[in-house]
Parts: sequence; structure tokens; C-alpha cells
Amino acid sequence: MFRKEILLPSLTFLCILIIWELITRYSGWSHQVFPSPFAVLQSLQELAGNGNLLKHSVASLFRVSMGFALAVILGLPIGIVLGLSKTAKYLFNPLFQFLRPISPLAWIPLAMLWFGIGDLPAVFLIFLSSFFPMVVSTSTAVESIKPTFFQVAANFNFSRYETITKIVMPAIIPEVTTALRITITIAWLVVVAAEMIAVQSGLGYMILDSRNALRMDYVMVGMIVIGIIGLLLDLIMQLLGSIESTAWGRLSK
Amino acid sequence: MGTIVKIMSHIHIKNLHKSYLDRSPNTSKKKDHRISVLENINLEFEDGEMVCILGPSGCGKSTLLKMIAGFEKPTSGKVLIDGQPIDGPRSDNIFVFQHSGLLPWMTVWENVALGVRHMTDTVKKETRIQDHINMVELTGFEYHYPHQLSGGMLRRAELARALAVNPNTLIMDEPFSGLDFLTHMKIREEVVNMHELIKKTTLVVTHDIDDALIMGDRIIVMSDRPAQVKLEQTLNCGRPRNLGEDKQLKELRDEIFFMLGVSYAV
Repeated sequence: MFRKEILLPSLTFLCILIIWELITRYSGWSHQVFPSPFAVLQSLQELAGNGNLLKHSVASLFRVSMGFALAVILGLPIGIVLGLSKTAKYLFNPLFQFLRPISPLAWIPLAMLWFGIGDLPAVFLIFLSSFFPMVVSTSTAVESIKPTFFQVAANFNFSRYETITKIVMPAIIPEVTTALRITITIAWLVVVAAEMIAVQSGLGYMILDSRNALRMDYVMVGMIVIGIIGLLLDLIMQLLGSIESTAWGRLSK
Repeated sequence: MGTIVKIMSHIHIKNLHKSYLDRSPNTSKKKDHRISVLENINLEFEDGEMVCILGPSGCGKSTLLKMIAGFEKPTSGKVLIDGQPIDGPRSDNIFVFQHSGLLPWMTVWENVALGVRHMTDTVKKETRIQDHINMVELTGFEYHYPHQLSGGMLRRAELARALAVNPNTLIMDEPFSGLDFLTHMKIREEVVNMHELIKKTTLVVTHDIDDALIMGDRIIVMSDRPAQVKLEQTLNCGRPRNLGEDKQLKELRDEIFFMLGVSYAV
């Protein structure tokens, strides 16, 4: 007997497949416009077999990891500084709040002009999409640390360095892991769009290229693979949030 | 002139005032309205004394403790410790927080180790940590995180952490609040016994009159806000104390109840 949490989602996907199949059969749309699930599965096998799928996935994942890593490496410390220092907050927070709602896609023309053609503009766009949410959630997390913990730190003569490594960093782990989860999803959304310009590889490029070749089955394969990789990325971040040292955050709240 | 050895009081509070800016929305905005919390507090605490501070809730007892700990600055007046004005928190003046002050991301062992982390001799350091964990009967819970402990165990762990520093003063802000009745009694007894043993200056803020009567070498009752010292009473009776039998304590209990606005003490 299957458990509910496995059985029910499978049921949903099965229904979608059936409806999809019925539409392709009876809607009157040509298979070029609306390929059947079976055709898409065949194309998936084909693209997986000739290595194209792997090549494009790796290219996308590479750009996402670069941009995302850069955003985390810069965003975390900047967020911590903004959370701790009122001066820094007043200086930079309005700027970040202003830049945050500008879609990374609006940066595409400038990114291409500044960084040319290739990986760099794509990485830059992903960086932009992840950096601001990272800074904002980190600084909010730091600001919401209980004052008691800072008093404990002062009481036990913590140095500035100790306060940051023993109080601030562990205290924000629960919020930061949540932010990482949300941010990687945004980054993954942006990479596909970024790859539709300026590059010759990646899942976004694959989709655009297939559209130009009028291969909607390949487009759908691209979409499915994007969905699966997105799920996996989220899963990895979830695992990161459940390791032993961060368990206190989930249990004490 | 003969040699008079004046025993210097350990903590000396002189003309202490504390007020906050009122930021509540319904006060007039034209002048900065200040709420006075503490008014002209003069107190002395002797070395090794256990002093219980009573008062109505919200009267500023905790604010007084936080100023003695150095977490907050007085508006005027000063707090002297061994003749030196307090300029901030320090580790010979340990604060025990009302709601747990343990760091939730550290185990009991790591929390207790905070105060002795600079000790170079590892063997001595570990012995000291283990001794204090054993003292509060948390042996076997060294690697538990705070969220895995009960309310009473949390207080004990925090006590162990405070004592491992070997502080001159222990400042406890409502150390038994939120505990069930029996745990309350047990931890109170442990604090009394611990104080008998190590004789550190201990300041306890409480709203429980019986706590003060059972524990204090001296009781200080504070008035409603702005808080002033209403009563200072040294208790000369030995321990353990029995509130039901000791006439002096019984009378004092009624007096304090009356002072805090309750006519018929239960």
C-alpha cells in the first residue's frame, strides 16, 4: 500500500498526462503545435541519448551556480553588516530596496553591452536576481535576533568577531536556509530567460533554438527538464536546512 | 585615630534615576515626554549577600538589574561595583535571564563552556565544565540542545553556565517564572543551597513574596512606577525557613502583601 503523500501527487501527474493525451488526439491541433506525451518522451530519450540534454543542463547549472554562489558570498556578509549597523543600513538599504524590484531581465541590454556575449552576462543577471533577496533576508534575520543573545555575548566578554561567529551566524541559519531555497528558485527562473539571449548553450538556448526549428516537442522536453532540475535544487536546499546544527531553529519556533 | 576597617559594600547604587522617552502614539508630539521608571534609588549590597527585590509588575525591577549588569545606562546617578562605576557588561557580573539566556544553537556543554573559553589548561577547563554540569544535576545531558530540555533543566543549565565563570555577583531576573509549582520549589531550594555553599553576592528580582521571604538575607520592596524603595528589611532568621511557623516572617509577609495592595494575604 502506497502512502498518501506519494499516491496523491502521482495521481495528479497521471491525470495531467491523460488530459494532455486527450487534447492531442481530439483538439484538432497538429502534432507540430501540440505534441503528444509519448512524442515528447521519445524526444526526451533522443536528446538524452545524443548528449544534448546533458550538455545544455550542465551549461545552465554552471551559470546558476556561479551567479548564485557569487550572490551568496557577497550577499551574506553585506546583509550581516546592514543588520548590525544602523549607519550602513541607512546608507545602503534604500538603494537595495530601490534596485530589488527591477527585474533582472531589464538589465539584459546593459549586461550584453558591458559583458559582451557568453557566460558573463548570464552569470551577472543571475547574480542580480539572487543578490538583493539574499541581502534583504539576511539583514532582516540579523535584526530579528533576540536582544538577549547580544546581552549574553556582552556579559561573557565576546569580542566583535566572536559575536558574529558565535551569535549572529548561528542565529540567522534558519532564516538564511529559507532565503537560499527561495533565491535558488529565482536564479533558476532567470537563467532560462538569460540564456535566450547572448549564449549558444543552456536549456534556455535549447528552448529558443527548438522554437526556431519549430520543434515544440524539444521545447516541452526543455520545460520538463527545467522543472525537474528546479525540484532537485529545492530539495538540495531543503536537505541543507535539515542538517543537525540547524535543527534548533525548526524545533524552537 | 584608630584603624577603622570599613567593610566596603560590594555594590553601591547612588541617586539612580532612569527614564525612557515615551514613544506611544497617543502622547502629544510637541515635547519629548519621558516616562520615569526609577526614581532616586539608593541601595548597598554587601559581599556575599542574597538580596531579593520585590515589586509590582512593570515597576522597573528588571531595569534596575539591567543597569547593575551594565546592559543599560542610568539616566542619572551611578552604580558602583567595588568603588568602580559600571561602564558595561562584564563577566564577573553574570546575568541570569528571565526566559532562558542559553544559546539555542549550542549544547549544554558548549553553553557552560562560554565563560571559561579562555582557559588555556584544557584538562582544568573540562573538569570545571563537567563539575558545574554535575552540580546542577545535568550529568548525561551534556550534549543536549536547549530545546531538548525541560523548563527546570534550562534554569539549571543557565545557573551552571553562570557559576562556571566564578563571578562576584549573580544577577537573577525572575529566575523561577514560568516553572510549574514543584519545579519552582525545587530550583528555589537549589539556589538557596548553592548560595549557602559559595556565598556569592546574589540579587534576585521576583514578584513572588514567598520566594523573597524564603531566600533573602534582605528584602527590598519597590513601589509602583516610578519605582522607589519602599521597604528594606534584613532577615535574621536561619535557613531552612518555614513560613507557616516563623512569626516574624508571617508578619512581614502580611505587611508586604498590604504594601503591594493586597489586604488579605492568602
